[in-house]
Amino acid sequence: MLYRESGQYKTSYTDDQAIFPLKQDRWLMAIALVIAFVVIPLTSSEYMLEAVIIPFLIFALAAIGLNLLAGYCGQISLGTGGFMAVGGYTAYKLTTSLPDMNMIIVFLLSGVAAAFVGIMFGIPSLRIKGFYLAVATLAAQFFLQWLFNKVEWFYNYNPSGTITAPPREMFGFVVTGPHATAEARYMITLVVVAVLALVAKNLTRGHIGRSWMAIRDMDIAAEIIGIRPLHAKLSAFAISSFYCGVAGSLFVFTWLGSVETEAFNINLSFQVLFMVIIGGLGSILGSFIGAAFITAVPILLTNAPQFFGFNLPIDLQKHFEVMIFGVLIIFFVIVEPHGLARLWQITKEKLRLWPFPY
Amino acid sequence: MFRQNGSFAKTMEVLNAIFVLPFVDMFTEPVFFAEVVVGGLLTGVMYSLVALGFVLIFKASGVFNFAQGAMVLFAALTLVGLMEKGVPVWLALIIAAGVMVIVAVVIEKLVLRPLVNQPDIILFMATIGITFFLEGFGETVWGSDIHRLDVGIPDATFEIGGMLLNEFDIWAAAIGAAMVAFLALFFRYTVIGRALRAVADDHQAALSVGIPLKTIWIVVWSVAGFVGLVAGIMWGTKSGVQFSLSLIALKALPVLILGGFTSIPGAIVGGLIIGVGEKVAEIYWGPLIGGAIENWFAYMLALAFLLFRPQGLFGEKIIERV
Repeated sequence: MLYRESGQYKTSYTDDQAIFPLKQDRWLMAIALVIAFVVIPLTSSEYMLEAVIIPFLIFALAAIGLNLLAGYCGQISLGTGGFMAVGGYTAYKLTTSLPDMNMIIVFLLSGVAAAFVGIMFGIPSLRIKGFYLAVATLAAQFFLQWLFNKVEWFYNYNPSGTITAPPREMFGFVVTGPHATAEARYMITLVVVAVLALVAKNLTRGHIGRSWMAIRDMDIAAEIIGIRPLHAKLSAFAISSFYCGVAGSLFVFTWLGSVETEAFNINLSFQVLFMVIIGGLGSILGSFIGAAFITAVPILLTNAPQFFGFNLPIDLQKHFEVMIFGVLIIFFVIVEPHGLARLWQITKEKLRLWPFPY
Repeated sequence: MFRQNGSFAKTMEVLNAIFVLPFVDMFTEPVFFAEVVVGGLLTGVMYSLVALGFVLIFKASGVFNFAQGAMVLFAALTLVGLMEKGVPVWLALIIAAGVMVIVAVVIEKLVLRPLVNQPDIILFMATIGITFFLEGFGETVWGSDIHRLDVGIPDATFEIGGMLLNEFDIWAAAIGAAMVAFLALFFRYTVIGRALRAVADDHQAALSVGIPLKTIWIVVWSVAGFVGLVAGIMWGTKSGVQFSLSLIALKALPVLILGGFTSIPGAIVGGLIIGVGEKVAEIYWGPLIGGAIENWFAYMLALAFLLFRPQGLFGEKIIERV
């Protein structure tokens, strides 16, 4: 099956504007969806779902969120962890005070709460740019983390200071809490992530995405051609934080089950930033690839020494992991500064001409 | 009606606690206030020391070097590791400085050179990679225990006009001031310093008049490494050499945006403002909102400041053209 567009004529505007104009892309996507919705839940072990696939999906969602902001609108943010915390804590407050609320609505509402917080911390972006802004968004990170730690109302005056996902049902299945099966949690995560990824893809193709990209490429020029920076930047912050917020609520409810504020610390923000940059700035596919990479590498690094028969002392191994992780980041950034998604793009270009590249 | 009055009184009480009482405290106990301010200034110098390394590198190579904190940790770990092996202080200092030069050369060759002309965020990302590597490497070589560092700086408390001061803090301030003076002279009068300033102004123009960019980058990363070593000695003596030392990079960031990324005096003044602001806020307003505000207060202060001056205190005016 060759990957080429010859012979695929577009006969209507709808065809022309399709997300996947090529038949082969549509097939690949369909196969990916079948694998995600049917094959993985049937074949994966509990450990695999729990330790690899669910975090991968959640991080992919957060990475899409950050990518909308950093990759499409050009506003670097280091506050992702803070916005995810807003989502997580809002979802917790909502489910504990309104136990009958549908979980999907809870996730979406926690995204909305994060969006409002995101707008607030996005206001400085109208004045400051680049690294000044990046450092300023750290204010969001540290302030929100402090807030959720200090104000006991957020964790219902629980003496341990942790928030725990209560058991909730959807369609007769327990989807959150300690008794939910990994499959159920996987499915709900997958549905949320798949739908939101589709929405994100469409957003970036439409009017709003184009105005973001104009702002990213040169904000003054964008302003002159009639794009309102206020609307573009704040909407980018709002939507990005919405995604991060939903990711944060999934982080608590379908993955970890029980977290402290410390889980949303600055390292989480950096991790998501790694995913976006390694995967590719300005690419939804890149967010998924980056998330897969950053989720998989530490697991591989942890298990690699045993696999090869080395038995290092635990602390030494931990240090090695950190070191190798750093080297890998530098390596990938040097080899492909535009991210792994770019590699896929190059492959596609090559395939189109293959086997006669002239 | 009565309830309304009650809540009114309560509001007044809160407002009073926020806007009046702290100032009353400041005026009724001026000595204590002065002690807080001086303490803040001295901590501020320590922040400046870290921020200085950032500024040097940003000025010369346009790289936002997140690894500065890790460089501080790495330099301090090397120094303390050598001293624990029985190497005399002066020799350990020289070797640690030498190691920082090697680090600079390696970073230039392996990381910066392949990434020439890449967008800033990519370089920033690479420096985060360097951070991870240096942290892991330092701890692999020297272990992750807390090391005590003592290079012979006196550490006694004494009293001036009722204020309790620590001799060590004064030393830190003096060393910080000396370093800034030295750097200022170095930038102003030496050949390399002039070349550095030229590179900071315009890479292309500097290249075209024959300034070797690669050498300059190595020099500037080495100098940042030395600054990191000094900062590492100061912080290490104060709180022990340990992993958390690399987190002071996060303390230096608000200083940077407050002072401006490209200004050495900015790093100093910014450090002092942040140091004092943080201490005063923590002592007079901290208890009202539950304390432990030092993690974010500096950022909020810097953020509020940036809204009025987007380029920081001394940063170059941002001129934008289409």
